[in-house]
Amino acid sequence: MSHKFQYLLRLGDNCLVLSQQLAAWCGHGPALEEDLALTNVALDLLGQARLWLSYAGEVEGRGRDEDALAFGRDGLDFRNLLLVEQPNGHYGNTVARQFLFDAWHRQLLAGLCESSDPRIAEIAQKAVKEVRYHVERSAGLMIALGNGTALSHARMQDAVNMLWPYTNEWFDSDAIDAQCASAGVAPAASSLAAAWRADVETVLGRAGLTTPTYTGHQRGGKLGVHSEHLGRLLTALQFMQRAYPGAQW
Amino acid sequence: MSAAFVAQARPLASRETILAWLGEVMDPEVPVVSVIDLGIVRDVRWQDEAGRASRVPSLLVIVTPTYSGCPATEVIAESIRSVLHAHGIDEVEVRTLLSPAWTTDWMTPAAREALRAYGIAPPVLRATGADNAQVIDITALTLRLSRVAVPCPRCASRKTRLLSQFGSTACKALYQCNDCLEPFDYFKPH
Ligand SMILES: [Zn+2]
Repeated sequence: MSHKFQYLLRLGDNCLVLSQQLAAWCGHGPALEEDLALTNVALDLLGQARLWLSYAGEVEGRGRDEDALAFGRDGLDFRNLLLVEQPNGHYGNTVARQFLFDAWHRQLLAGLCESSDPRIAEIAQKAVKEVRYHVERSAGLMIALGNGTALSHARMQDAVNMLWPYTNEWFDSDAIDAQCASAGVAPAASSLAAAWRADVETVLGRAGLTTPTYTGHQRGGKLGVHSEHLGRLLTALQFMQRAYPGAQW
Repeated sequence: MSAAFVAQARPLASRETILAWLGEVMDPEVPVVSVIDLGIVRDVRWQDEAGRASRVPSLLVIVTPTYSGCPATEVIAESIRSVLHAHGIDEVEVRTLLSPAWTTDWMTPAAREALRAYGIAPPVLRATGADNAQVIDITALTLRLSRVAVPCPRCASRKTRLLSQFGSTACKALYQCNDCLEPFDYFKPH
């Protein structure tokens, strides 16, 4: 299977899985503004997932469209990062997960705007404008909650510490990353690390939070080796189309 | 048969006429601004008949989505088709184009004024060019300040504050006026 197809699945699955996670907050946000914001971010990510997966289906050339890829693949065929499938937890967990992802996503999309593949470049140029608002929002919440009460501060530090081991996977380069980077299709995975880390350290510093020094890490999502959380998420995401294939309403 | 007859009997509508018709199609989420004034319709043109099986002339309408996940996109395409059908154009193809990406800079002055009158503050900054800050302003985030004053659409006060980066839809932020105390939507530069 082509490297580009695999790479597009990674892009699309990150957006799809995170969108599904955020959508679970709909009607349950801690404040109306937060509820609206999270579901709007979820909608942006879902739109991006559709664009990436549609193109993935075209590149694959086996007649699978965005729906077939989203609803018809098993967990082992998903290529999202482990971070985005980690549970929503309390609101601080969701905010921390979102900020760490948004900061990386923005750097990645900025790189993809220069892709040698014009379709990838135009999707990235669309998405990067949306993600800029995502990261402004999640960074602002990190700062607000980190500087809030002793309890909110402690919870944010715990959340960052818990999620930190899932962030290094993004900067690992495997054969698919290397192939796409050498073809100019995507920036090298490792090339995003310095800018991401600088943004994260700045915001954590403003939030009064400590950047973890823990260096061990979890990996596997990009190759389809997932945590137990993905299966449950896909059960909810895919139920209708698995039970009633092709159903429309 | 009737469609082909109409096409032969009447000259094809001009581009200006078609754009005027599309000026009747409102954005379903901001029903005071048309898809023309928002800059969503990028082009209209009659398709080359060469190679087409049908002899009925086909109109191509090129649209661009405001946001990737904007749920209004499909409704807008449907509204465009139905308005054109009502004006006697049977064959309409609505094609989505992503590039160049839609920007609020394409909104017409009329659209900006219509938004304000409707209670939505129009974008203050241009999204592209010199005043577009691509860097994240950490100081502004800490203080929850916006980069520029967004005037209240009700009382025109410039003493307003950001409540949330996202309002009733992804394209809007939520603000509050410190003078008249009313919350309002702000159409974000994008
Ligand atoms: Zn006011």
